[in-house]
Amino acid sequence: MERIPILHVGTLLLVTIQVDMHDRLATNLQEDLTHRLSETHAKGVLIDISALDIVDSYIARIVGNIAQTSRILDAHTVLVGMRPPVAMTLVEMGVTLEGVSTALNIDKGMLLLNKIINK
Amino acid sequence: MLNSEYVPIKMEEDLLLVRKCVRQLASSVGFGVLDMTRLMTAAVELGRNTLIHGKGGHMRAVIVVKDKAKGIRLDFEDAGPGIPDLDLALTDGYTSKDGMGLGLSGAKRLVNEFTVIPVTPRGVRIIAISWLDE
Repeated sequence: MERIPILHVGTLLLVTIQVDMHDRLATNLQEDLTHRLSETHAKGVLIDISALDIVDSYIARIVGNIAQTSRILDAHTVLVGMRPPVAMTLVEMGVTLEGVSTALNIDKGMLLLNKIINK
Repeated sequence: MLNSEYVPIKMEEDLLLVRKCVRQLASSVGFGVLDMTRLMTAAVELGRNTLIHGKGGHMRAVIVVKDKAKGIRLDFEDAGPGIPDLDLALTDGYTSKDGMGLGLSGAKRLVNEFTVIPVTPRGVRIIAISWLDE
């Protein structure tokens, strides 16, 4: 089954979505991340969506779920790299991504995660 | 030039074809990246509605011209149970199943024209049009 790779680096799990996202892939990612969080005791999840040209309400919901689940498993999620047209489209649709931390790029996302984790 | 396209929507992977087809059309008409993103997102939301709520159907995408304006019309049709309460379905947060409840209402906001037509005996047809800003 098609899966998005999850890299375990230090205390973080890194996910770079490089393929066209579809619903099952998103659901699999949510499941896989949940397993990896409990296996690795990672403290942070960084999801890079800079390669995605659209984010629809389903994908947005999964990202929200991942953020909430990671919180329950004692980790934090930061979403990075959202393209400006994607951000504008989500806002116009009324998708708020409440509870999801964001950063402009991977560097800033790592800084933010480390700041949150070490607080 | 590609100017009309028919995409069956029977399984989830078909939504990728919907997206690809809309991207090609939007690009050939000269849509900018923001308008293209809006239209592709609307198309995926409507395609998912066709697939999940409508139990499958198809999309027809065509380039339309009115006076001097150019646009793209997306026409989704299914033979599902229909939408008994359209106002409710277009309400933010209303969801018949999973999703954020922003599928139809979100798609409506992303296009210039949005029409829902019941199909007899069963099903629904949703027409969304986006005009290219000159």
